[in-house]
Amino acid sequence: MKHLISIGDLDRASAIELLDTSSRMVATQERQMRKLPTLVGTTVVNLFMEDSTRTRISFEAAAKRLSADVINFSAKGSSISKGESLKDTALTLRAMGADAVVVRAPSSGAAHKLAHSGWIDVPIINAGDGTHQHPTQALLDTFTLRRHLGGEQKQGECSGSVDGSGLDGLHVVVVGDIMHSRVARSNVQLMTLLGAHVTLVAPPSLVPVGADVWPCDVLYDLDEAIALQPDAVMMLRVQRERMLGGGYFPSAAEYTRRLQLTTERAHRLPEHAIVMHPGPMNRGFEIAGGVADGRRSVIVEQVAAGVSVRMAVLFHLLASNAREES
Amino acid sequence: MTADRPGTTAPGSEKTVLSGDDISRSLVRIAHEIIETGHGADDLVLLGIPHRGVPLASRIARTIAESEGTGRDPESLAGSLDITLYRDDLRRSPARLPHPTHIPAGGIDGKIVVLVDDVLYSGRTVRAALDALSAIGRPAVVRLAVLVDRGHRELPIRADHVGKNLPTSRSERVGVQLAETDGLDAVVISGAAAGGADAEATEVQR
Amino acid sequence: MTPTAAGSTADTTPDALLIRGARPYGEEAADVLVQDGLIAAVGHDLEAPDGAEVIDAEGCVLLPGLVDLHTHLREPGGEEAETVETGTRAAARGGFTAVHAMANTTPVADTAGVVEQVLQRGEDAAWCAVVPIGAVTVGLGGERLAELDAMARSRARVRVFSDDGKCVSDPVLMRRALEYVKTFDGVIAQHAQDPRLTEGAQMHEGRVSAELGLTGWPSVAEESIIARDVLLAEHVGSRLHVCHLSTAGSVEIIRWAKQRGVDVTAEVTPHHLLLTDDEARGYDAVYKVNPPLRTRADVEAVRAGLADGTIDIVATDHAPHPHDAKDREWDTAAFGMTGLETALGIVQHTMVDTGALTWRDVARVLSETPARIARDTDQGRPLEAGEVANLLVWDPRPSAEVDPEAHASRGRNSPVAGRSLPGANRLTLLGGRPTVRDTQLVAR
Repeated sequence: MKHLISIGDLDRASAIELLDTSSRMVATQERQMRKLPTLVGTTVVNLFMEDSTRTRISFEAAAKRLSADVINFSAKGSSISKGESLKDTALTLRAMGADAVVVRAPSSGAAHKLAHSGWIDVPIINAGDGTHQHPTQALLDTFTLRRHLGGEQKQGECSGSVDGSGLDGLHVVVVGDIMHSRVARSNVQLMTLLGAHVTLVAPPSLVPVGADVWPCDVLYDLDEAIALQPDAVMMLRVQRERMLGGGYFPSAAEYTRRLQLTTERAHRLPEHAIVMHPGPMNRGFEIAGGVADGRRSVIVEQVAAGVSVRMAVLFHLLASNAREES
Repeated sequence: MTADRPGTTAPGSEKTVLSGDDISRSLVRIAHEIIETGHGADDLVLLGIPHRGVPLASRIARTIAESEGTGRDPESLAGSLDITLYRDDLRRSPARLPHPTHIPAGGIDGKIVVLVDDVLYSGRTVRAALDALSAIGRPAVVRLAVLVDRGHRELPIRADHVGKNLPTSRSERVGVQLAETDGLDAVVISGAAAGGADAEATEVQR
Repeated sequence: MTPTAAGSTADTTPDALLIRGARPYGEEAADVLVQDGLIAAVGHDLEAPDGAEVIDAEGCVLLPGLVDLHTHLREPGGEEAETVETGTRAAARGGFTAVHAMANTTPVADTAGVVEQVLQRGEDAAWCAVVPIGAVTVGLGGERLAELDAMARSRARVRVFSDDGKCVSDPVLMRRALEYVKTFDGVIAQHAQDPRLTEGAQMHEGRVSAELGLTGWPSVAEESIIARDVLLAEHVGSRLHVCHLSTAGSVEIIRWAKQRGVDVTAEVTPHHLLLTDDEARGYDAVYKVNPPLRTRADVEAVRAGLADGTIDIVATDHAPHPHDAKDREWDTAAFGMTGLETALGIVQHTMVDTGALTWRDVARVLSETPARIARDTDQGRPLEAGEVANLLVWDPRPSAEVDPEAHASRGRNSPVAGRSLPGANRLTLLGGRPTVRDTQLVAR
């Protein structure tokens, strides 16, 4: 594995290895001294062409805990047009001696382009490209799921080792704007790769044409999905400006009625089921505040897992020969 | 132990230098040395360095627990300490994936920690283990036990307990096999088929 | 001698040229004598007059010079991408003796002045005939008609009008344009794309776009405009030409319209005969084109439509771009592909070598019918004595890997780079004068 652009870059074994390494990283973060010397002397560039404070600081924390130097490069607001900026920026980063580039960009395929354009020859980590992929988000979601529900356990307890296991037999429901969601695309691929069954729930106007071949079910009704008694429900952020302006649904009120994870709906989930959200949340829109803060919610844990998962990704790309051996 | 190998192994050839019985005797002797040096087993923690240091630490811990008067449970005595993330040569020589670290319930603060590994070579693994240890806690004393010391140190590190001193050439390869990981117990030395990098790999690429 | 494509070998035009053994329309071999810019004789065992050059063309196919109804020469305004000079060199290398230059230049070809300038540049370059296409609306703005009559009556004698690159989406404006060009037997060449259904569109809407997260360009956005336009053309009794049709549904609509007797013609590009939306998977913007590459089923449908005559012609939509316009993220890259120098190779590969078209059909779809649609007088003519000698001698036997660096076009954005295509341009005659010999340009 030279780059991490898409979940499609992973097979089941390498995905599980990444999750297992993430567990090792979690353990190091519980020590008195959390900083590891692993990547000392390397420079990781966070190239963010689009605002995302959460993802950026997560990658920054991951790189710093591994002792890498971090350069934050924000190209947003630059007067140069987007394409020129990406290419010119890549050439600049190459000249500066970056050892890896974490890239977030508004264009689908930007990370792939950066990895395969010949502009720069270092590992590229996709931190979200347009509406295409967000692989580290899917890894941290999957890590959190596996920690709670993986292996033999189904009681929502974090006991025992889940090393080596996938998500076999789990049923995950993902709710929201599937069409514009890179998180949904990455999660459908990764969760099904690891043996979970995924059901997407969205208004039909937010299901992309062509999704009929995805390895998952699509429902239009959240109550119907909850009746299936899933093990986990992931609520996606509704981007109000995009959705209402685009006419994808009539009103916020109608969306909330049909698709909000309310306290009442959460109550109908099985006892062990967990509730996830990639953040940032619109409390009271796609998810009720009580559910976000409730006992099923693992939303804060997802954020913590994000740092460990990104440490694992950096380790695999910059310091490990794991994939070359196989 | 004295050196009994004046020559070196021919390329491609292989020679067993420790049998299963030899290994068992060495570990029992190391266990007794540890008890004697530490004046008992009360504050003792054995941390095996993955991969093969971990079963070695367990075996030594069992012997210590079985010794009269120690009153220790081998589970509380032995653990593992992964050093992958603390290596200083990752960029030059990429690592395999990290193994779990397991510290016995009592922790290591104020304890006598004995690091256990199969082969002592350059000393870089031990240096990394000391760094890893300091991230976890502050032992009173840290000692080192190894099954084989093959020489060629690159750092000022020496073992406190050695199963066998084995003078080698850098081009040779020392292979420790254990029942838990390889199906049988043996220490094998072989001539360098694939050159010096292989010999380095026995210790560095764990 | 290692002549390069961009350069050209000097040559003096012989007084007479005897092409021996080529097969007109791929049929029975014959000799063709060219003299004084005309076909002097077609027959067997013709005698070479004194001073005549004899060209052994045994095994080659003789076709009327190819006519492209859809070419972007980029001049004026886009000279970094192409000029009339480089674009017509590319055309000659492709076997074309005439190209129709699209109006979306800067300034837009929406006045007699601009179309006459383009005509003049073509005459100066003299690698092939350059026939300007006029814009339908002022500045391609889609709001009011350009002075179509003035362009028709200019020295450029414009007969084809198109806002290509943009769709004349306003139905009233489209109706008026269709009606208006009847005065001078003109035709509106429509770029069929509903603008609202394709806002931000990047590629064909379907399984690949869903996976790649690129905004979809649905087939219906093309088909709905074509359906509307054939009904409008029928209603007002005008001539309609549909540019670069790309979907199976569009073929069905054209087939239906022709059965009703609507005066409609349709074109397909070489790339839509060959490539599918799967090419987008590598996010290489060289495959970004408008209309987008469609599915395998669409490719099969346009091939069938071309074979059965529903689709009248192949036109290149040759759209060169500077490197930087393509070497970037997909959604910021330019639409378009080059096509002039690979068109006949692709048509041979997809249609002739598969048995779907004969060489006589190729003469029809790449020369005679496009000339007829555009009302060109000296192009797409029969291979008969007395006709202007606009000819192509094509050797269908060799095949070669496409190397855009060797192209005469300034554009390097060929979607078939690295692929092997059959055929070679042995000789192209423009009014009896060789413009290409053995794939190399021949300077005047």
